[in-house]
Amino acid sequence: MRELLNDIDRWKAQGKQIAVARVVDIEGSGPRDPGAAMAVNEDGEVIGSVSGGCVEGAVVAEALAILNGDKQPKLVKFGYSDDEAFAVGLTCGGIIHLFIQPLTW
Amino acid sequence: MTLYELFSERTRANKPVALATVIDGPNIGAMLLVTPNEAAQGTLGNAELDRVVARDTQGELEAGRTSVRHYGPEGQTTPEDLVNTPTVRVFIDAFSPPPTMVIFGAVDFTSALARVAKVLGYHVLVCDAREVFATKRRFPMADEVLVTWPAPLFAERGAQLTQRDAVCILTHDPKFDVPAVVGALATNVGYIGVMGSRKTHAKRIERLIEAGVTDEQLLRLMSPIGLDIGARTPEETAISICGEIIARRTGRGAPSLRDGDGPIHK
Repeated sequence: MRELLNDIDRWKAQGKQIAVARVVDIEGSGPRDPGAAMAVNEDGEVIGSVSGGCVEGAVVAEALAILNGDKQPKLVKFGYSDDEAFAVGLTCGGIIHLFIQPLTW
Repeated sequence: MTLYELFSERTRANKPVALATVIDGPNIGAMLLVTPNEAAQGTLGNAELDRVVARDTQGELEAGRTSVRHYGPEGQTTPEDLVNTPTVRVFIDAFSPPPTMVIFGAVDFTSALARVAKVLGYHVLVCDAREVFATKRRFPMADEVLVTWPAPLFAERGAQLTQRDAVCILTHDPKFDVPAVVGALATNVGYIGVMGSRKTHAKRIERLIEAGVTDEQLLRLMSPIGLDIGARTPEETAISICGEIIARRTGRGAPSLRDGDGPIHK
């Protein structure tokens, strides 16, 4: 998350709503380790990454749904064994657990 | 200041900081900001849970590790206490550079020690002057394998070593281990272990004194290296060394828990 701070500060200064997604767990092989993070603002701008580009699109959709919806944090899972696998599957065959949270703290 | 501001300030100053976040269970999204030797900021919704998570997070910060841990809503951690309670899953996101273990000597004990050190989250550096032995192929688990002598290595890296780091000298060769000990003593490294029998160590002390090492400095050396657990194989020895490193860091005498009393964690 360290590498996101400058952009997050800029967004905050502009009064943007922001959601942060962090990798909290990996089953099997995953492209990024726990702690990898990305942030999405209300305009759909993205910084950082949580995989090798495999699931970022879906994460943006989830993050915007949270910002435009009930603002509740959410644990989501992407991976080979998922029904979503064809849409956003990880090429490495692992499962990635992400925690997506509005930056209201 | 908000938690984000505190987090951002510490991170920018390159100071260790961790965020513990409830990712599942009651109070999802609640956060605790933890820094070494200071009271935690924020709350996960229960004072006892805060205390236990802050304690565990301190440990993860020291080890430079990021993990998910499971608790009861009031901080319960033992499996019996967790039956029939909702589980609180806490993501501990620790921001600290991993501690470094420098291992001198490319011997059989080195690969076992490097493996155990990796399990504990160390950045492992193996150093030996003999390029036939100090190869990445022999030590694939090491983060770095350097063919060099102790003096240039300490000249380059010594200033970065802190209390969290460890130097393990596994060579039995005086022309290598004397400069390694002298180099390690000139740093702030938290642990210096030197392998060898008591007889070897006695001879080494003579050489170290000749090299100008003082009695007070000698007290920093853990030699013979490791806890007295009867270790024989390289793997058992690696456990004994890492056990000693943990015990020295936590200031414990490392007896068996069964034979003591009082809380297991402090």
